[in-house]
This record gives sequence, structure tokens and C-alpha cells, in this order.
Amino acid sequence: MKKLLILFLLVFNFLLSTSAAFAGEAKPLAEDPVLEARLKAMSHELRCLVCQNQTLADSNSPLAEDLRKEIRAQMRAGKSDQEVVDYLVARYGDFVRYRPPVNSNTALLWFGPFLLLLIGGFVLYRVLKKQAGSDDIQGEDG
Amino acid sequence: MKRTIKFLLPLVLFLIAVGFLFKGLFLDPREVPSPLVGKPAPSFQAPVLGEAGKTFNSDDMKGQVWLLNVWASWCAACREEHPVLMAMEKTGQIATYGLDYKDTDAEAQAVLKEHGNPYKVVATDADGKIGIDYGVYGVPETYVIDKTGVIRYKQIGPITEEILLTKIVPLLKELQR
Repeated sequence: MKKLLILFLLVFNFLLSTSAAFAGEAKPLAEDPVLEARLKAMSHELRCLVCQNQTLADSNSPLAEDLRKEIRAQMRAGKSDQEVVDYLVARYGDFVRYRPPVNSNTALLWFGPFLLLLIGGFVLYRVLKKQAGSDDIQGEDG
Repeated sequence: MKRTIKFLLPLVLFLIAVGFLFKGLFLDPREVPSPLVGKPAPSFQAPVLGEAGKTFNSDDMKGQVWLLNVWASWCAACREEHPVLMAMEKTGQIATYGLDYKDTDAEAQAVLKEHGNPYKVVATDADGKIGIDYGVYGVPETYVIDKTGVIRYKQIGPITEEILLTKIVPLLKELQR
């Protein structure tokens, strides 16, 4: 019985160790924690194009995996965060970034709300002024 | 007069909003415009499917208009597009080159054997590196590349007969002139 237990433990142990060895995605973490932290921070800012509402960090799609691998390789080669992001934007467009850059395409997106605020403010000003005026002369509009 | 404007303005604004929303119904958010259109196609060298030791070099394609069709044996939408590619190949008007994306040679060859091979040459991209350079995120994707090696059009998703006739064929006629 004891022998069987030992055998069982041995087999169990073996299974545990092999499954750890197969966890290829998680393993590089120990190699360079600084780089992994950079990768993690950056991949939260990037969109996975396969499942568009997920970040590159959250996605398990094969493309996201490939891109993480590529980013890791480029960081290891000494590229700065900006260079890596530029590399991805050159291939996939601004859409990969969760924070859209300010350019002519996104001007309406960035400044539209302020424009609406201005228009609203102007209308409010006109209405209030008109009401103040009509109060004086007992306006018929009420 | 002033009253009519006051009355009609909300209606007009509403109709404009409806117009935008209506157009939105027919836009596909999965189709991300590629920044590569209008730029030189990334050059690559890759092993040729089924011909061990042979290499496909995209630089050799300069001087002719060609299609680069990214596909894979595991891709269901590629099967959908396959008859269109076969029909294109039959006309002989355009050379279609395949890029077998993240696939195994054996499976890719099996598919071509079963359904027919519309490609002049199939280059293989087993680890998806060339795919990243071309901004591939969903197969099938097809690039129309002109004589100077510039990408002129990118089709994301299968080429349908309609897209072929309304977009690709007219473009090819213009480019091949």
C-alpha cells in the first residue's frame, strides 16, 4: 500500500513538473521582470484586432500571442515603448491604440464635445437674454 | 417665419442624426482601414509550399500587378472565397500568389489538392511574422499590389463576386494599363 502511495506521489509530481514546463506563455516572466512589466503596461493600451473590445493583454487569440511575442522581442532588442507602438501603428493603424492620437482624422472626436458645449452655451445665453428682456415688457411668450 | 424655423430645427437635427445612424448600420467595425494602402508592400522571402528548398521573394514581383491572398487551411471563410479565386485564375488576367498563414504544409497541400489550386505560387508564413508586417488580423485578406510594389487595395475578409466585379477588376484594369 505504502509503495503504491509513493508511486502515486511520484507520478503526480512528474505530471506537475511537466505541466509547468509546458506553460510557455507564463515562463518568460521570471527572465526579465522589468521588461515583462513594460510589456504588460503597454499591452493594456493596445487593442487586439481579432476581438476588438479586448486589450492585447487580455486577449488569448493567436494573433495577440504573436504580437506580445513580437513586442517582447523588440523590447529585448532595446527598442523604446514609443518605437514599438509606432511599429504596430504602421501595420495596423491608429485603431490598435486605445487612446486615439490627435490628428486631422480625430479632430472632431477630440474637439467636437467642446464645440457642442460652445453652441449650447450660446443658445442658453440667447434664451436667457431673451427671457430677461421679455420679463421687462411682460412678454406674450411667457 | 421665425416660428417655423424654431419648429423645424429639431426635426432637421433629428433627421441628420438618423442619417448618420442609418449609415452606421452598413459599416463593419471589423473592417479596419489599413495604413498600408498606398505604401510599398513589405518585402519578404519565404519558403514555397510543396517545393522544398525554393524561396519566394516578393521583390521579384516588381514590374507586374499581382494579388497576395493570405489564407490558411484552418480558415473557414477562405473556403467561401475559394471558388472566386479559382474563377479568377481561369480568366488568366491576374496572377494570384498565396501566403499560407500560420499553417502546416501538409494540411495546406491537402486543401489545395481537394479543392484545386488557384495560386501561381504559395509562400508559407508558419509563424505569422510576414502576416504581422502586412497587418494581417483576420484571414482571408487580399492585397492588390501594383507594378512598382505599392499596395493599392486591401480586402479584409473573403472576396465575393460582387467585390471582385465592382472593386478589384476595375482597379486591375487601371493598374495593368
